Amino acid sequence: MASLDPQEKPLRPWALLSPALTAILLLLVIPVCFIAVYSFWLRTATGADIAGFHLDNWAEVLGDAFYRDILGFTIWIAFATTVICALVGYIPAYFIAMTQFRHKAYLLLLLMLPFWISYIIRTMSWINILGTSGVVNVGLQWLGLTDEPIQMLYNQWTVIIGLVHFLLPFMILNVYVSLYAIDRNLIDAARSLGSTPWQAFTEVTLPLSLPGLAAGSLLCFVLAAGTYITPLVLGGPTDAMFANLVFDAIITQLNWPLGSALSLVLLALLGVLVAVYNRFAGMGQIAKSFG
Amino acid sequence: MTEATTHAVTLQKVVKRYGDFTAVHQTDLGIEDGSFLTLLGPSGCGKTTTLRMIAGLTSITEGDILIKGTRVNDLPIHKRNLGIVFQNYALFPHKTVQENVAFGLKYRKVSADEARRRVGEALELVQLPQTADRFPSQLSGGQQQRIALARAIVIQPDVLLLDEPLSALDANLREDMRVELKRIQHSLGITTVFVTHDQSEALAMSDRIVVMSAGHVEQVGSPEEVYNRPSSEFVARFLGASNILEARIVSADRTGAKVETQGLGTFQAAIDQDETRRFAEGQKVKLSIRAEKLALTATGKGAAEVASGDAPDIARFDGRVTTVDYQGQVARYFLEAGGHQLQAINTIDEHPLSEGEAVSVGVRARDVVVLPQ
Ligand SMILES: Nc1ncnc2c1ncn2[C@@H]1O[C@H](COP(=O)(O)OP(=O)(O)OP(=O)(O)O)[C@@H](O)[C@H]1O
Ligand SMILES: [Mg+2]
Repeated sequence: MASLDPQEKPLRPWALLSPALTAILLLLVIPVCFIAVYSFWLRTATGADIAGFHLDNWAEVLGDAFYRDILGFTIWIAFATTVICALVGYIPAYFIAMTQFRHKAYLLLLLMLPFWISYIIRTMSWINILGTSGVVNVGLQWLGLTDEPIQMLYNQWTVIIGLVHFLLPFMILNVYVSLYAIDRNLIDAARSLGSTPWQAFTEVTLPLSLPGLAAGSLLCFVLAAGTYITPLVLGGPTDAMFANLVFDAIITQLNWPLGSALSLVLLALLGVLVAVYNRFAGMGQIAKSFG
Repeated sequence: MTEATTHAVTLQKVVKRYGDFTAVHQTDLGIEDGSFLTLLGPSGCGKTTTLRMIAGLTSITEGDILIKGTRVNDLPIHKRNLGIVFQNYALFPHKTVQENVAFGLKYRKVSADEARRRVGEALELVQLPQTADRFPSQLSGGQQQRIALARAIVIQPDVLLLDEPLSALDANLREDMRVELKRIQHSLGITTVFVTHDQSEALAMSDRIVVMSAGHVEQVGSPEEVYNRPSSEFVARFLGASNILEARIVSADRTGAKVETQGLGTFQAAIDQDETRRFAEGQKVKLSIRAEKLALTATGKGAAEVASGDAPDIARFDGRVTTVDYQGQVARYFLEAGGHQLQAINTIDEHPLSEGEAVSVGVRARDVVVLPQ
């Protein structure tokens, strides 16, 4: 009976986890270590990388106001996107969770439907809607509200719209899960004690759905802050986000050391955010919406 | 109608349908002020639906519901001033016990001091004064149930509604809470509607019992009435262990009826005066006899000797014990008599009867209940 051996017991969970841990090690930890090492290398004018321990990249990334501004802009875009997702996403989540409709599963499936279409195509579709010959402009002109097409694309708001479009399902799913888990009797109890429907919502439903709202917000913020396609497709020339800098450094300028340092800055920022969230809410909530 | 004014709750021709399905058929019911009324019936018979209609949590399809003489059909639940205790307690998990109990007072123009005092009193009443700062998750099931009760009564509701409040507790705790609940209800004199499918709960706690079956009210009466004078075969079978026999009326008058059974001879049966009209000579009926009302005597002692001591209203027939279910103080016997399978519950003096033993079975006229076919 090997399982009775007290020495072996603590090892068992690790043994069972080892495939997952191996995957995390190979796919996540080691690459990040490579990036960390890379960030101290130096790129020369000739295009060759010099290995070694140089702080030049870090000095540039942390010292240059250019990077700081873009980091601030990235946080702003991610924040605005998250807030809009939370406000807009709560309503359908509430509806799906509370409806007596028999085929609830289909409503959730409908929510997943957009994922079957490439994210890039979904982002580009806004050009057909908001572009100079897009649906909105044609409609406005047809109604005679404007003679000239209005320039609506390629600014920070279209970036936010594109991100909201992309991230809304994540928010809805997370909020839905926490709303669905609320015992209806709690709402009935609140009502019987004298709450109006709105008071019962603010006293019971909303507070009990906050974990889902927080999980959805974290997910939206992290995904929004790490995006580079949406600003590329829907943003103007001044709307670059932090991930665009990484993209430029690595793909365009082939400056891997600088790109590495930049990506670590973003990683650190989001890591801190996740750590703060985990401290207060626990990661289990996010796992729920995928399970 | 002077009667209606003493009713805390009145149901008038109330019907509930879900699509084509009728969950509660036309029901008339008056609940006396300050009384403890139990809705009793098997699963799915419409007890919860009835309770939720009174609460305003479920709309009624037809009819009227009156609380304290006022029609409340269109009054939303938060204006009805009712205390509800749910089967799963339904305490707010994000609020402390104090906040839970004080919840209803927020909407009742009660000053902070007054609220604190009343919450303290309510916690005192349910014997949990030390728990105010805890969260529901830090309480046991029984404690949560008491807090749920405190939360419901602290608002001084017109009616207290309880939907199987004890069924989630384990057996011992359930009996304690039963006594406790009755004590609290009695001391507050609060009109209470209690839902259960547990007959012993209903019999122990109620002033009146409403026995329901498949959306119909089968019988309304005091525990004794419902238990001893069931008005239908369903009620007789649902409460306690009953023997149901087919029979035919030989004669019926004001003092009782004479009925003839197949295989067990003729019986005298007590019937209420106003029931005399219901039974005509030759009519087919059913007899209900409680298992504990069949008195078994071993025939070894001599049947004639046994019968000679009988009062004139006792009928006798012979039987044989087939199975003995020994329960300590009492034994449940299954017997074979005149081609019928019967059961009897008798107290044991010294030794229980043994399997295969021949017995003489005595039954008194007043324990034979005649039911319409
Ligand atoms: N929302 C609903 N839609 C359709 N049918 C319903 C609905 N609610 C209840 N019913 C049906 O109405 C009937 C009565 O239900 P109810 O909940 O009142 O039973 P109950 O007596 O409380 O049973 P239990 O002891 O199991 O709680 C059941 O057959 C149930 O299926
Ligand atoms: Mg029920």
